[in-house]
Amino acid sequence: MATVSYRDAVRIYPGSDHPAVDHLNLEIGDGEFMVLVGPSGCGKSTSLRMLAGLEEINSGSVWIGDRDVTDLPPKDRDIAMVFQNYALYPHMTVADNMGFALKMQGVPKDERARRVQDAATLLGLTDLLARKPKNLSGGQRQRVAMGRAIVRSPQVFLMDEPLSNLDAKLRVQTRTQIAALQSRLGVTTVYVTHDQVEAMTMGHRVAVMKDGILQQVDSPLTLYDRPANLFVAGFIGSPAMNLIKSKIVDGGVKVTGYTIPIDRSILAKASSDTVTIGIRPESFEISDGEGIGLKIAVVEETGADSYLYGVLAETADQSTISDEPQIVARVTTRTPPGREQLVRLRVDPAVVHVFDTKTGKRLS
Amino acid sequence: MPRFLSATPNAQLFPLPWGTPLAEWPEDHLVALPRGISRHIVRFIKVGDDVLAAKEVNEALALHEYRVLHDLMRLHTPAVEPVGVISARHGHAGLPLDPILLTKHLEFALPYRSLFTPGVRNETVSRLLDAMVVLLARLHLSGLMWGDVSLSNILFRRDAGEFAAYLVDAETAELHDQLSNGQRQHDLSIARVNIFGDFCDLGAGGMLDESLDPLTLVDTIECRYNELWHELTGIEEFSGSELHRIEHRVRRLNALGFDIAELDIDASADGQTIRIQPKVVDAGHHSRRLLRLTGLDTEENQARRLLNDLDTYVVRCNLQGLDEAVAAHRWLTDCFEPVVNQIPPELMGKRDPAQVYHELLDYRWYQSQREERDVPLLEAAQGYMRDVLVNLPDEATIALAPVARAQLNPYDPSLGFADDPGAELLPPVIDPWETDDDEIDLAAASRLDIDALRAKASGQSSGGFARGSPF
Repeated sequence: MATVSYRDAVRIYPGSDHPAVDHLNLEIGDGEFMVLVGPSGCGKSTSLRMLAGLEEINSGSVWIGDRDVTDLPPKDRDIAMVFQNYALYPHMTVADNMGFALKMQGVPKDERARRVQDAATLLGLTDLLARKPKNLSGGQRQRVAMGRAIVRSPQVFLMDEPLSNLDAKLRVQTRTQIAALQSRLGVTTVYVTHDQVEAMTMGHRVAVMKDGILQQVDSPLTLYDRPANLFVAGFIGSPAMNLIKSKIVDGGVKVTGYTIPIDRSILAKASSDTVTIGIRPESFEISDGEGIGLKIAVVEETGADSYLYGVLAETADQSTISDEPQIVARVTTRTPPGREQLVRLRVDPAVVHVFDTKTGKRLS
Repeated sequence: MPRFLSATPNAQLFPLPWGTPLAEWPEDHLVALPRGISRHIVRFIKVGDDVLAAKEVNEALALHEYRVLHDLMRLHTPAVEPVGVISARHGHAGLPLDPILLTKHLEFALPYRSLFTPGVRNETVSRLLDAMVVLLARLHLSGLMWGDVSLSNILFRRDAGEFAAYLVDAETAELHDQLSNGQRQHDLSIARVNIFGDFCDLGAGGMLDESLDPLTLVDTIECRYNELWHELTGIEEFSGSELHRIEHRVRRLNALGFDIAELDIDASADGQTIRIQPKVVDAGHHSRRLLRLTGLDTEENQARRLLNDLDTYVVRCNLQGLDEAVAAHRWLTDCFEPVVNQIPPELMGKRDPAQVYHELLDYRWYQSQREERDVPLLEAAQGYMRDVLVNLPDEATIALAPVARAQLNPYDPSLGFADDPGAELLPPVIDPWETDDDEIDLAAASRLDIDALRAKASGQSSGGFARGSPF
C-alpha cells in the first residue's frame, strides 16, 4: 500500500498548445479510494495514465509512496490496471483464471494457491474455485477479473471507466462490489469515471476536473454541500443544482420579486452587482405565502417526493435575469401541484450557495 | 426501425432479424466458424455471398471500434475490415437491444486454436510468434495502443512460408499520433499476460503441443518485439567514413519488409560522427512494390516470393532492358495468370491465389530436383493441383472443430467442449455477493441519493477512510 502524489504534473500532447493536464497537485492517502471525475476531455484519464506510466509527464512529478515514478516504466511501478481485460479462459478453472499471471511471474505454487484462496475468500468465490467460467454468472465473472488484480497485491489499483461496457444492472451491482472490496482490502485506488453518481457513491474523496485543471477535491458530501465554484456546483448533484443569476438588493438577492436574505458580508465580495445563487432541488419547500415563483411544466412523482420542473415566473419588476434554464424542485407533499400551476417556493437562506457570476468562485 | 451506420451500405443487411438478440438468431442466418474468446456475443452471419462477424456490444464501444477499424484501414494496417454498426434495435415488447458491430470475415484466416495443436512443428510456432511480433510493431508504428493483445484477438493467414497476423478486436484500442514508450511497454505487458493465459488455456484444453512452454513463448515474443522495434526505430552512430552503413540500414529494413519514409541523419560539427534514426517506417515494402507493378494485393512474404519469381523471369527471358512495369505485366500474363486460371473452381477455397503460386514454386523446385530437369511452370501446376492442392483442407472459411472434440455450442466456442467436466450440471453454491437482479432499482441507482450518502457518512467512524463490508 502507498500514497500517491501528483506534484505540479503537466501533460501537453504533441502539437497542442493547451495542456491536457495543467499543474495537477493531488495527494492521495494510503488506502484511499480517489475518484477522478469530469466531462469528456477534462484530463481525468490522462491523469490516471500519467500515474500508470502510459503518458509522459512534461513537467512536475508523480510519486508512489516515497518513490518518484515519473520516469519509471509501467511494469516497475507496482500498480494494477483492473478490468482492462476480463475475458476468462474457458478451459481453466476459476482458480487458474485468477492465478495464472502469478505463475508467469514465477511465484511459487504454494504462495500462488494461498493468494488465490485469500482473494477467493474476499470475493465470495471459494466454492467456485474448481469450476469453469461458463458455470459462472456475469457478476461472478466480474469478480474473477477483480481477483486477477487482487492476487498481484499491487500498491495501487487503477481503474479507467471500468464499468463502461457492462449492462446497466451489472454496472450497479459491480459498482457496489468494487467499493466494498476496496474498503476491505484498503489498497489505494484511483478510479476514473465521467459519471458523477458513480463518483459520489464510490469515492472516499472525489477530484473534479475540467479543461485539465483540478477544480476541487473533497469528500462527496463536502463537494455537494460546499462546491468551490459554479462548475462543481453544476456538475455534482442529480438533478443538478439550480443556478440563478440574481441582482443584489438591499438585504439579499431578488428572484422573481422575492428577496432571499443573504449576509451582506458575502455579497460585498461580489465583483459586480449580480451574483449567481445555487439552490439544490431538495432545498425548496412549497410556501403558502411569499417565495420564488415557479411556473410548473412537468411533475414527476417518485414515492413520497415529487419533482417539479418548470421556469421562474417573471414579475413586473424584472428582478431576475431571465435567461435561466429549467428549475427543478424536490418537494414532499401529499398533493403535488399540477402542470401550468404557479407555486411559490421557500428556501432556507443557510443552504443557498452564492457564487461570483464573473469568476465563478464561491462567495458564501 | 434499426439505424444502419456504414460507409458501404448493403441492402441485403436490411431484412436480417435485428429485433432478435444475437444469441437467439435462427441458425439459417449463421455460419459455424471458430473464433476466439470474447466478452460479448459474437456470431458469424451470412449476408448474400459474404460472411460477416457480428458482435453485440454497447453503443459507445461499437462506434468506437468501428471508427478505430476504419482508421486502421486508412493507415493500411492489418486489421479486419469494418462493415457497419446497427443500432436503435428493439426486441420483443420494445425492449432496447445493444447495437451490433459488423466486420468482414477474413478469408483464409486460420484460428489460433488449430495452429498450436499437438504435433505442430517448431518452425511453425516460431513463424506464428514472428507474425504476432510484426503485427504489434506495425500497430505501434501507426500509433495504435491495442490495450487487449491476445491470441483471441489475432487471426493468422498463410504468407508464403510464413504467417501474417491481423488485428480482430479493436474495442480497447486507441489511436494516437505517436505512442510513448510507456504505452508500448504497457501493451507489451498486456500481451505477455494475455498470451500466456491463452497458451495455458490451450494447454488445459489439451490443444497445446506438450513441447511448448507458455513462458518461453511469451518471453520469445517480448524479446523479438524489442529486437524488431530497435531495428525499426533505434539510433545508430558511426564514423563519418562509414557512410555505407546508411544504405545497410535501409536494406536491413527492406529485408524485414519495411520502407523508410523518413530518415533522420545528424552529423557532428566536425563531420566525424554520423547519427541516423528512422523516423517514419512503413511496412509492406514488397507488397507495395508488387501491387504497383502488377496490381496483385498479397501478403508481404507472398509478394517477396512472387517478386523473386518475377526477377528470375526477367533474367530468363532476357528482359533486363525493358521497363520494369512492362516486364512485370508480361510475367503476370505469361506466368501468374495462366497458373491461377488452371485452378478448378472447386479447389479455389483451398488457398488464395498468391499462396497457390508460392506453393507451386516450391513444388516445381522439388520436382525439378527429383527429375533433374527444368519442369515447365504449367506442367508443375497440373501436378501440384493433382497431388497437393486437392488434398488440402478448405481454408477460405475454416470449418469448425479443429480438434476432434464436440463443442458444447458450435456457434459459441467460448462455451467449451461437451466433455468438459464443467459442462455437467453442478450443485448451486451459496454466494453472498449475488443479488437478485430484480432487486436493483435502475432508476434510483442512476440518481444521486444524497440522503443515503449522508446516512452512510454519519454511520462511519470519524477520521480515516471507510472500512468494513456492506455485506
